[in-house]
Amino acid sequence: MTDSLTLPAPAAAAGAPGPAGLPRLLPATGIVPVDLRAHLARHGPLRYAGGPGRLVAEVAAAGLTGRGGAAFPVARKLAAAAEASPAPLVVGNGAEGEPASNKDRSLLWISPHLVLDGLQLAAEAAGSGTAVLYVRRNQRLHGRLAQAIAERAAAGIDAVRVDVVSAPDRFLAGEESALVSRLTGKPALPAYRSVRGLPRLGPGRPALVQNVETLAHLALIARYGAAWFRMAGTEAEPGSMLATLYLPDGRTSVTEVPLGTGLADLLGLDPAAAGPGVDSVPSVGGPVRAVLVGGYHGAWLPAAEAARLPLANAALRPLGASVGAGVLAALPADRCGLAETARVARYLALESAGQCGPCFNGLPRIAAALDHLAGPRPDQRARTDLERWAGLVTGRGACHHPDGSVRFIRSALRVFAAEAGLHERGRCTGTDPRPFLPLPAGRPASDADWS
Amino acid sequence: MERRLRVDPVACAGHGACAELVPELITRDEWGYPIVADQSVPRGLRREARRAVSNCPALALALTRVA
Repeated sequence: MTDSLTLPAPAAAAGAPGPAGLPRLLPATGIVPVDLRAHLARHGPLRYAGGPGRLVAEVAAAGLTGRGGAAFPVARKLAAAAEASPAPLVVGNGAEGEPASNKDRSLLWISPHLVLDGLQLAAEAAGSGTAVLYVRRNQRLHGRLAQAIAERAAAGIDAVRVDVVSAPDRFLAGEESALVSRLTGKPALPAYRSVRGLPRLGPGRPALVQNVETLAHLALIARYGAAWFRMAGTEAEPGSMLATLYLPDGRTSVTEVPLGTGLADLLGLDPAAAGPGVDSVPSVGGPVRAVLVGGYHGAWLPAAEAARLPLANAALRPLGASVGAGVLAALPADRCGLAETARVARYLALESAGQCGPCFNGLPRIAAALDHLAGPRPDQRARTDLERWAGLVTGRGACHHPDGSVRFIRSALRVFAAEAGLHERGRCTGTDPRPFLPLPAGRPASDADWS
Repeated sequence: MERRLRVDPVACAGHGACAELVPELITRDEWGYPIVADQSVPRGLRREARRAVSNCPALALALTRVA
């Protein structure tokens, strides 16, 4: 990141020597919620930076990027927020509408005080007097957060008040403009923006929106400093991140990993058995056909290719994939990747906000064509139709839903090209018809549940 | 300074008036929604472009300056 060169060097690196190794955000063992006493025993008191903008240089030196999926440099957003007038509303985004991601709700459940610390620091950096935690609708989680906020109020450690707002259970609920819309009392629908910069709540107040995991990292950088943060990760992509892993035997977990870790290590793939032309790769959970990287706006990679790649955008982006919010799913060799993708594509089409003509019209047609291609002896017109529609929806939405959905679907057609050839001849290598990738149960979605 | 036509895709309802007024720069997709050519508006078409903007029933079209 070039910003760290132009900004003043951070003042004396913060506080105590940081704890060595991982995990940083979650307890070393167990999934028991960490109360305020245990949190303070582990990390010590929250270190305020002492004024708006003060934390920016340290965060720039740390190279922290947003952990919600876009990996935008946090220091740049904080700097914009510190200069904005009036002072922005600071929002912790824990909507986590991506059905395959569990990391934000896990973090909020287990380590709410790290997130709340980070929210206070972001509010201080932005010179803001109030903050909002935007969290998916879940009674137990909201109860837990109310309890954590009450603990802090009793201890008198928060500088600004925190309101918890519930996010609708929709894929796009956490999209920044949808979040902003929800906070102004309207449905959580994405909005068209013709100007760059911080989003605005109506015509007035700007908003600084950061993913909840990003805030937790912020809380640790403020305590232990940039050099400590960089002890994990790569030079270009420092630090750790929470990942949601799906192994082929059905096991799933949320785990904190350094950026740059090999996907083979994370998923237990045998890299020695990977190579060009290899159809599936053995792993601890059974043979793997392909790996979905970055969730339902992410991309499939052949298992043989994935086994040689690190979890880093520098390596993934040239292949059309990205780290995203850390979803990694190893598809078992006995499942049909086209059928899996078609199932998710139908969900993505239903999760269109229905506001933009190309997305509203295109995604259901694309999903139907893919469903057809996932069946036996498909009409080849479905393939040419799909390609045309994919071209028509890309770049024509107010948000990135059509672009992300098309990226995911096109990656399937690339990675499962041999499978598509078999389907043309009436065959399929998938022998297990059970769904693998997670989707929300008990829908259908309706127009009414956007708020 | 360069000018470009931009569509607000949320506001756009696919009336298609723009495509009739500046067919050189705007075509319609198979669902009736405008596809704007990825190019600046030539001087000779600025008048038509401005008319398309003011005639959009949904106020979804804008002529913007690009530095």
